[in-house]
Amino acid sequence: MPHNERLMPHKEPVAVVGIGQTRHVAARKDVSIAGLVREAAQCALEDAELTWADIDAVVIGKAPDFFEGVMMPELYLADALGAVGKPMLRVHTAGSVGGSTALVAANLVAARVHGTVLTLAFEKQSESNAMWGLSLPIPFQQPLLAGAGGFFAPHVRAYMRRTGAPDTVGSLVAYKDRRNALKNPYAHLHETDITLEKVQASPMLWDPIRYSETCPSSDGACAMILTDRTGAARSPHPPAWVHGGAMRSEPTLFAGKDFVSPQAGKDCAADVYHQAGITDPRREIDAVEMYVPFSWYEPMWLENLGFAAEGEGWKLTEAGVTELDGDLPVNPSGGVLSTNPIGASGMIRFAEAALQVRGRAGAHQVDGARRALGHAYGGGAQFFSMWLVGAEPPQN
Amino acid sequence: MPEVLTAPLVVEFPFTRSLGPVQSAFLTGLRARTVLGVRASDGRVVVPPTEYDPVTAEEIRELVEVGTTGTVTTWAWNARPRPGQPLGTPFAWALVTLDGADTALLHALDAPGAESVHSGMRVRIRWAEERTGAITDIACFEPYDSEPGRQPTAHSGEFADTDTETNADTDANADAGPVTGIIAPARLDYTYAPGRAQSRYLNALVDRRTVGERCPACRKVYVPPRGACPTCGVATDEQVEAGPNGTVTTFCIVNIKARNLDIEVPYVYAHIALDGADLALHARIGGIPYDQVRMGLRVAPVWTEGARFPDHYRPTGEPDADYDSYKELI
Amino acid sequence: MRDVAIVAFAQTAHSRTSDELSEVEMLMPVLHEVLDRTGLKTADLGFVCSGSSDYLAGRAFSFTMALDGVGAWPPVSESHVEMDGAWALYEAWVKILTGEADTALVYAYGKSSPGELRDVLTRQLDPYYVAPLWPDSVALAALQAQALIDAGATDERALAGVAARSRTDAAANPYAQLSGPAPMGDYVVRPLRRGDCPPVSDGAAAVILAAGDTARALCARPAWIRGLDHRIEAHSLGVRDLTESPSTRLAAERAGAFARPADTAELHAPFTSQEVVLRRALRLDDDVTVNPSGGALTANPVMAAGLIRLGEAAARIHRGESDRALAHATSGPCLQQNLVAVLEGEGHAA
Repeated sequence: MPHNERLMPHKEPVAVVGIGQTRHVAARKDVSIAGLVREAAQCALEDAELTWADIDAVVIGKAPDFFEGVMMPELYLADALGAVGKPMLRVHTAGSVGGSTALVAANLVAARVHGTVLTLAFEKQSESNAMWGLSLPIPFQQPLLAGAGGFFAPHVRAYMRRTGAPDTVGSLVAYKDRRNALKNPYAHLHETDITLEKVQASPMLWDPIRYSETCPSSDGACAMILTDRTGAARSPHPPAWVHGGAMRSEPTLFAGKDFVSPQAGKDCAADVYHQAGITDPRREIDAVEMYVPFSWYEPMWLENLGFAAEGEGWKLTEAGVTELDGDLPVNPSGGVLSTNPIGASGMIRFAEAALQVRGRAGAHQVDGARRALGHAYGGGAQFFSMWLVGAEPPQN
Repeated sequence: MPEVLTAPLVVEFPFTRSLGPVQSAFLTGLRARTVLGVRASDGRVVVPPTEYDPVTAEEIRELVEVGTTGTVTTWAWNARPRPGQPLGTPFAWALVTLDGADTALLHALDAPGAESVHSGMRVRIRWAEERTGAITDIACFEPYDSEPGRQPTAHSGEFADTDTETNADTDANADAGPVTGIIAPARLDYTYAPGRAQSRYLNALVDRRTVGERCPACRKVYVPPRGACPTCGVATDEQVEAGPNGTVTTFCIVNIKARNLDIEVPYVYAHIALDGADLALHARIGGIPYDQVRMGLRVAPVWTEGARFPDHYRPTGEPDADYDSYKELI
Repeated sequence: MRDVAIVAFAQTAHSRTSDELSEVEMLMPVLHEVLDRTGLKTADLGFVCSGSSDYLAGRAFSFTMALDGVGAWPPVSESHVEMDGAWALYEAWVKILTGEADTALVYAYGKSSPGELRDVLTRQLDPYYVAPLWPDSVALAALQAQALIDAGATDERALAGVAARSRTDAAANPYAQLSGPAPMGDYVVRPLRRGDCPPVSDGAAAVILAAGDTARALCARPAWIRGLDHRIEAHSLGVRDLTESPSTRLAAERAGAFARPADTAELHAPFTSQEVVLRRALRLDDDVTVNPSGGALTANPVMAAGLIRLGEAAARIHRGESDRALAHATSGPCLQQNLVAVLEGEGHAA
């Protein structure tokens, strides 16, 4: 079916007027699961100067239910999130879920089904153990690995082989993200004594991935309030406007799959740029929050997202372009490498992108950021969700 | 058609749950044989206490103590208790509004038979002998004639470290301050069925043959097959033997030992494109020092007696494959 | 608001077990059938959305393998809800309303047989106060049924009538798992007898949604979605009046269900007693044909059973057997969350 432009009605512009997150840590022993999500939601409401009664619907996301051992936990969380008497949706698209959740919420506003929507994503990984949750035994499958690092490390090696990138690039990313995290009070890891030498001396876990190049396991939640033009007009702080958003999926494993630069990621970015009128992402985008759970994914995604030509992503990292004061800051928040409540990690990327264009990122603010990309991926590098947010309302 | 396989799958974990202030007070109270509720925005007393008002979503924190006797609001007779349920003998599930509360608590009611249970009947809590600060500190309810009417009384939510009503021999119930977390073990038993395509593959492995399946549309060969060609969305049904040898397309060296995994570290975890397959499978490489494994290495399976899978793959001694010959398979 | 319709529906012949099939092997024929009905191919679709549960499968990320059956290449615009497929349909409907897609494939699947469903569903409950007691899904429904009996809203005989009517109607439904008269059987959890409870089912379902003229081109008599809304209630059974379903009532109001009477209602009532609650909430009188498919009492593939209600209601409109139908889906213990759709065909049915 050809996409029929003529039939396409005008969408309601979507604004982000409230953002909240918890201070991410390894184990939030002082709160229940409800208390954790509530904290982020309450912060978002306060940022927007709204109350529970102002929310029309709730869209919640998280990674597999086994992490907390609660099946469809949104049922139990309805009360804590003020959803009683309202619509509540639960999204699960693996690691990309935080981004997908925000996009589902944005569509409720864009379609004019609702005026103001609370969207939230969380993971309370300390209720179980991420290694367990990610590696549940499956009969008839040879147990070879535990955790995600071993799954992704061979793809990193393939990237290094393909591009000839020097093996220090991964450590540069980790060193940058951990320093950025020092400027972000919500980040999980605050390694005040971090040095490049320490990163490079950390043990190889899944060679070529070192310990310091992997993400932590965190308890955390992130929430946003999305609203229409009327809601944005009442916003006490400058909103971030959604200029484009998209999801793309491809199969987990298939003949011809490019694990280094998946087609679904390229297509997703192209869709978002098209919606936002971006033709040269490297010049037109001021900050990027991308999902980098292992350091080498920064150069890989720089290429996949069109910021660098194929094989050239590592050169941007090596040249310092992605540093906080570089010309294309990547993960000014410290990224997934510094904070990883799995189900929330994608939404944190989206929220941090919005914070940048609202000028409310605090010590990790990128000067003059007007347009920022939030990116998430999940599964076997197969599910992608992205949005591009701007300081100005969209043009169309 | 050969045998379609199934196997037991157990998903089990002792979840560690932190409670937050309201739930902590409630469960600490149960340990001390006291039931706390929380006052909602409209004045109703919610038992068991929730952290947020079920109507207005406001955070509610005003704790009150309610009675340990109450009234059944509805019930259901459970003639065949299931694993994990509070009683092993036939019992009634009941929603009970404790005296002083405005909402009902779900628990078991120990009664002689269905005929002895009715809505409106009066019951009281039977406490568990050993109490740890969990909902199971209430062993169950039991029938008990008494007059309703107790009013809720204010409560700080704090409990003395010693339970004055108990003797030293049950003081295990009264130790160590507020309950801040629970351990919630959960075990579910499943029967896993990998389906037709994977069963065909697994059955062939018994004869040490690696049998993939070809997509009728794109002609790609999948090893192992998973039932559908993932790009065409159609069943793969033409069986094609692949391997036994193959090429290492990429790999990592695993240096951390996984729990429940009996493999000495370091070892090499590799993607291996079997000859004739269009997608690499994953396996361990042995028979070569780990730091000499490389992309393009030619390997062959090594079987051990009685194993379903090759134990690992070892170098064949052939020259390495040219990068261009396998780069599409990485 | 754009006009959006359900233009095709397909489902499996639901069964107690499907050991011989993986999820994707069970699902794929349904996807092929629903696409064939419209002549669409995966590459034509504007959006794909699915509903399923890891807890049913006993495996994390279980939905990722089901995607193999879609043939998601080139990559597709796609999402997944960890909910019944009725809510996947809702997400897809919203996507079409934004104008970003003109068509959508929605699917859901559930194999209830691998685990003990009654035990698995206990994991949905409050993890601090309720789940540690392992109260199973039949027990919770029985508490609700007793509350209805105490309130004088029904009795065991009336419930048996619901069961008998459902099984009689299912005789005309080739996809139903149970059909034809059967004794009510013993109590499972009193007051609910075997006949008051749904079978344990494995199955899958899929629908195609399309907007405006696209829908008209794909289907002779599209089932137009005139309204679609869903609402949730407080989680704890002890704070709810189990004899009422205010979330169903509210969703129905928001969906415009009460604007005109419907001729048909497909209600997602896995237990006979829940049909009583839903009839009251939706103000259905005896003129309305309720669950002509036999409903969830005759096939209950969890995670798909709600979507099937929307599909069955739409299919009756497609066939000219209904002009205006309500479809309902539920989730959570004792009807905690409810979705209501109002579907209409254009012109009068023959």
